[in-house]
Amino acid sequence: MALSHIASSSSRSKNLLKPIAAVLSCTPSLRRPISTSSDSTTLTIETSVPFTAHNCEAPSRSVETTPKELLSFFHDMALMRRMEIAADSLYKAKLIRGFCHLYDGQEAVAVGMEAAITKKDSIITAYRDHCTFIGRGGTLLEVFSELMGRQDGCSRGKGGSMHFYKKESGFYGGHGIVGAQIPLGCGLAFAQKYKKDETVTFALYGDGAANQGQLFEALNIAALWDLPAILVCENNHYGMGTAEWRAAKSPAYYKRGDYVPGLKVDGMDVLAVKQVCKFAKEHALKNGPLILEMDTYRYHGHSMSDPGSTYRTRDEISGVRQERDPIERVRKLILAHDLATEKELKDTEKELRKEVDEAIAKAKESPMPDPSELFTNIYVKGLGAESFGADRKEVRVVLP
Amino acid sequence: MASSMSVSRRRFGRLLARISGSRRQFSSTTSSISIDDQQQQQAQPQPQPRSLNLYSAINQALHIALDSDPRAYVFGEDVGFGGVFRCTTGLADRFGKSRVFNTPLCEQGIVGFGIGLAAMGNRAIAEIQFADYIYPAFDQIVNEAAKFRYRSGNQFNCGGLTIRAPYGAVGHGGHYHSQSPEAFFCHVPGIKVVIPRSPRQAKGLLLSCIRDPNPVVFFEPKWLYRLSVEEVPEHDYMLPLSEAEVIREGNDITLVGWGAQLSIMEQACIDAEKDGISCELIDLRTLIPWDKETVEASVRKTGRLLISHEAPVTGGFGAEISASIVERCFLRLEAPVSRVCGLDTPFPLVFEPFYMPTKNKILDAIKATVNY
Ligand SMILES: Cc1ncc(C[n+]2csc(CCOP(=O)(O)OP(=O)(O)O)c2C)c(N)n1
Ligand SMILES: [Mg+2]
Repeated sequence: MALSHIASSSSRSKNLLKPIAAVLSCTPSLRRPISTSSDSTTLTIETSVPFTAHNCEAPSRSVETTPKELLSFFHDMALMRRMEIAADSLYKAKLIRGFCHLYDGQEAVAVGMEAAITKKDSIITAYRDHCTFIGRGGTLLEVFSELMGRQDGCSRGKGGSMHFYKKESGFYGGHGIVGAQIPLGCGLAFAQKYKKDETVTFALYGDGAANQGQLFEALNIAALWDLPAILVCENNHYGMGTAEWRAAKSPAYYKRGDYVPGLKVDGMDVLAVKQVCKFAKEHALKNGPLILEMDTYRYHGHSMSDPGSTYRTRDEISGVRQERDPIERVRKLILAHDLATEKELKDTEKELRKEVDEAIAKAKESPMPDPSELFTNIYVKGLGAESFGADRKEVRVVLP
Repeated sequence: MASSMSVSRRRFGRLLARISGSRRQFSSTTSSISIDDQQQQQAQPQPQPRSLNLYSAINQALHIALDSDPRAYVFGEDVGFGGVFRCTTGLADRFGKSRVFNTPLCEQGIVGFGIGLAAMGNRAIAEIQFADYIYPAFDQIVNEAAKFRYRSGNQFNCGGLTIRAPYGAVGHGGHYHSQSPEAFFCHVPGIKVVIPRSPRQAKGLLLSCIRDPNPVVFFEPKWLYRLSVEEVPEHDYMLPLSEAEVIREGNDITLVGWGAQLSIMEQACIDAEKDGISCELIDLRTLIPWDKETVEASVRKTGRLLISHEAPVTGGFGAEISASIVERCFLRLEAPVSRVCGLDTPFPLVFEPFYMPTKNKILDAIKATVNY
């Protein structure tokens, strides 16, 4: 049985592999920018593939960027990649417990989205949240401390891998129940609209989550009330071990909002992601909700207990790595435009590796939360919940 | 006293060597094989029982359920591939994709679908991947499944529906892979709630649930899936629902629990015995409708009651047992009923050891209750 599944999935998986051909198809006059130092030169680069639109105009394929931005994309994505790989090792060393879902492969979505919006806009996502948190300005120390359940974690060690948050930059987390965060995103967007502060909410969910009823409730609410909500389906083509086509009658997730317009995007192309998110924000402020389907891929298994190779072929994974990797795409662009040398990029990666290692060392020093934290934050402070000892008599404390 | 001790030794004689670092190992008694089982055994020579872990015992029960009833179906997220805990391994191969199939990720849809399938006279065996994910289906279970028979004046029912879900702590599961939601469902007349403690129990009880003419929620102790190993008869047998089982006899205090918690309670009983306290341990097995008589008879004998479960203490099913037994045995009780349960907090990530109703907490409570 398992074998026949694999065979059929590999035949289907061919359409996951789209070459990076378009990488070099930028406007010829801009092939050689003046020099790496002129950071603010505008480059115009074509997206890998056209956007596919449902009920709306597609944005232009020509994306404007700068050498500085491209280098920062490389930096940020390489940082995320390194961080996730380090988390993998920490998990295997049992320093991270609980459940842990890694984002490597999907970095372009988090990075491209941030390039188009501000920290006043809100983001809410599911449990695959480490890199989204970094994108919102979170630090490596906060990431590793939270992963290991330490006080310096972004949720003070109380949440763990699936529960990262960063209030001051509009990151609403970090949700473990598949699909539950989508209607929350509508509530955020309503509040934004009411305040008239010209901000929007990006609510992210997976291809598996797209089959939850909550998505459709959220779509209707968002459209009915013209909410500035952008529903982002991060389609990595699998929900745990289930390939999208096994679970969805229509895996065209960008069309599944029916009356809600949608766009399909190459989520491995950070520039395409930036372009579409910029478009989406403007659209949402004027016209209400929009679905963005990001065609992406996760290299790791679903979580740390999934080797990730029983329901898809190794060829499929290595094919995507070779043909579509978001970091390699940017590396090639940088080299093609002489924005940095191969060695400089390698040095950046080395530097990042060091940063990650240092953050881990520091996180290991961070203390565990105080035991009283078991009882805090259940209700507001001072509500006076009581705890009991084993026989409900020996210990009786009024809690903070 | 002496004889009851020897009985309990015999009953737990098959406890396997504890896997180092693990806290749970549990075994079931042989004394409760049902009538069907005995008849079966007489009718034909049975193959030797095999040592099985809990997930394999569930797997065997599902094989038997599908084999013995062509109108039985198994479905849920990834069950066609064996499910995340391997409970459904091999079923799709053997019975085909029309009877064993993956569903999309949609718990409310899964249960609602199961109710409809059962209403047509089928046995719908739905898997919810973790008990923590049963809440999207809560409405379907509470408002549709439980009340279908009642509100249609017995024209319709979904008695063929069984919902399986792994529940409870595993040591490091965090907020959404550790919960014990049984008490929510015990507040719902019209469904049954069943929780097994060991492989042999799991097989017999699951088959009873599948064949029971009422909708059942069957919570499986996921900590024990691999850890608990015992000999499980190969053949088709059922264990009675709504019958508690005294798994250790004693005179000084009655302990009531279910599922994985029983092995912790058992360890506390053994330690208490060293201090001369004789504990009677009861596996409730079915939470609703529950076997009040067995618990009452035991408390009449011992005069003391302790209940333990992983779910938070407030509003846990222990509260219901406590209230009922106080009503029935008020004058016989020599100490307040003791509850050693999860704390009234969300299931914590790093503080699981504090949260859990551990052996020492139970032992303390046994002593405090006996010395009251
Ligand atoms: C309500 C609910 N059901 C089941 C699960 C278990 N689960 C966690 S992630 C997942 C797959 C989700 O896939 P997808 O939405 O595609 O997101 P991805 O993991 O690919 O990022 C499942 C079934 C859950 N967390 N919540
Ligand atoms: Mg997915």
